[in-house]
Amino acid sequence: MYKVEASKEHQVYLQKHKIRKTSIAFSQISIFIAFFALWEIAAYFKWIDPFIMSQPSRVIKTVISLTSDGSIFLHTGITVLETIIGFLSGTILGTIIAIILWWSDFVAKVLDPYLVVLNALPKTALGPIILVWIGGTTSSIIVMALLTSIIVTILNVYLAFKSCDEDKVKLLTTLGATKLQILSKVVLPSSIPAIISVLKINVGLSLVGVIVGEFLVSRAGLGYLIIYGGQVFKMDLVMTSVLILAIAAALMYLSVNWLEKKLNKMR
Amino acid sequence: MVDKVVEIKNVSMNYHTLSGETQAIRNLSLDINNGETVSIVGPSGCGKSTLLSLISGILKPTSGSILVNGEPVAGPSSNVGYMLQKDHLFGWRTIIKNATLGLEIQKKLTKESQAYVEHLLDEYGLADFKHHYPKQLSGGMRQRAALIRTLATNPDILLLDEPFSALDYQTRLAISEEIWLIIKKERKTAILVTHDISEAVACSERIIVLTNRPAEVKNIHEIFLTCDKRTPISCREAPEFRHYFNKIWKELDVHV
Ligand SMILES: Nc1ncnc2c1ncn2[C@@H]1O[C@H](COP(=O)(O)OP(=O)(O)O)[C@@H](O)[C@H]1O
Ligand SMILES: [Mg+2]
Repeated sequence: MYKVEASKEHQVYLQKHKIRKTSIAFSQISIFIAFFALWEIAAYFKWIDPFIMSQPSRVIKTVISLTSDGSIFLHTGITVLETIIGFLSGTILGTIIAIILWWSDFVAKVLDPYLVVLNALPKTALGPIILVWIGGTTSSIIVMALLTSIIVTILNVYLAFKSCDEDKVKLLTTLGATKLQILSKVVLPSSIPAIISVLKINVGLSLVGVIVGEFLVSRAGLGYLIIYGGQVFKMDLVMTSVLILAIAAALMYLSVNWLEKKLNKMR
Repeated sequence: MVDKVVEIKNVSMNYHTLSGETQAIRNLSLDINNGETVSIVGPSGCGKSTLLSLISGILKPTSGSILVNGEPVAGPSSNVGYMLQKDHLFGWRTIIKNATLGLEIQKKLTKESQAYVEHLLDEYGLADFKHHYPKQLSGGMRQRAALIRTLATNPDILLLDEPFSALDYQTRLAISEEIWLIIKKERKTAILVTHDISEAVACSERIIVLTNRPAEVKNIHEIFLTCDKRTPISCREAPEFRHYFNKIWKELDVHV
């Protein structure tokens, strides 16, 4: 019968889909295992120099020793905290400045070329200046993180404000809304998705700022461990720190992603 | 109560942009009487929306004057409610929160006004959807919710700018009937802009035909239809319907 045929067809379709999904996951895990296994074997048989290239088993040893004295938590914690403060302040300050630009078209037009130039400038180039002005403290690192994310925030959020539906604004105007009411009732709420996606970009950008800041300040954090390990030729420490950094970065990104999904569901 | 709720006297409106000056309305005079439903038809781009914006006070005329309830229009006022082409319900607000938007903005959200909005929602079939989000409602229901948002501030005059044109034909017929009934029940004066001649004939007591831009009044038709119940859908059966339709169609002089 036709109906039974169709459902069988659908089963085949679902089956195909499942097989594809499993094989993607399998390939991903395989690459992961193969990479570390090859690395370990190559170092073990001295195809590569473990002093320069390090080795997974040495990384694990390093992790254990860093865990036993608790320093791994200290350094990771510091880096994560600096990044969070950096991207939150970058996003909040950037949004406030975007509000000012939205409020006054004149200010927006005047500042436009400056924003374009600042956006193009690699913010890490400002590192040494900030170090001299603020000093070798955590504040310098946070300012670095803020600077790397603020310009992108201003530009993106301002764009979102400007692309708010004109008829929605007209609706509010006919109801007699003030500019502040237009901002709070329609422009800001309709830009929330854009602000969240800026937040996502800012996690990565702030992390760049924080790591460069830690390179320069050289006191604590994963960036400090990496630069210190490089200077004293402890490649195990460098590789370990980089791997932890990768995990921390992924976790932070995933949390913002989760927040975004959660917020989108509410809308 | 004044008999003429809107008086438009020798109004002209020019727009200025860098690419030039556009004369949208030229020396237009028009009166709207209390409680009537008037349709405005005219070629697209002739200045219909501009005329509504002037009445609502969000634009100021270049010359001439507009009185609402005998007073010159100085800006948006709660006497006039404006309904746009799309419903423009806010996706992040529930239906009841959307409906009370105007009250919130005008700082008139009290227990009584809230109760009035709830009453309107109950009365017009949205009782079970108060705490739903707009995307959970059908197009027709959303349009009704938009009308209730307009009615919430209790305006005397409703301006409707092609309010049904985003809907498909069937929904459009049904919702224009419903909205017409609501407007009559709430005893509002309504000015309806539409490009649908049969909708204009079915819904209104008077039809104002505008010329090409710059808009002037070309003709005004008083509509008398013989039907038992004067509602938009049943009026389409009236023998005079076609007669009005053809006359206005000829006046609009559409060339494709
Ligand atoms: N904000 C504006 N600035 C400049 N020109 C405008 C503006 N709004 C409308 N116009 C012009 O005025 C004329 C009338 O527009 P409108 O009132 O929207 O027409 P309608 O609603 O009858 O289609 C059009 O030619 C339009 O291009
Ligand atoms: Mg229009």
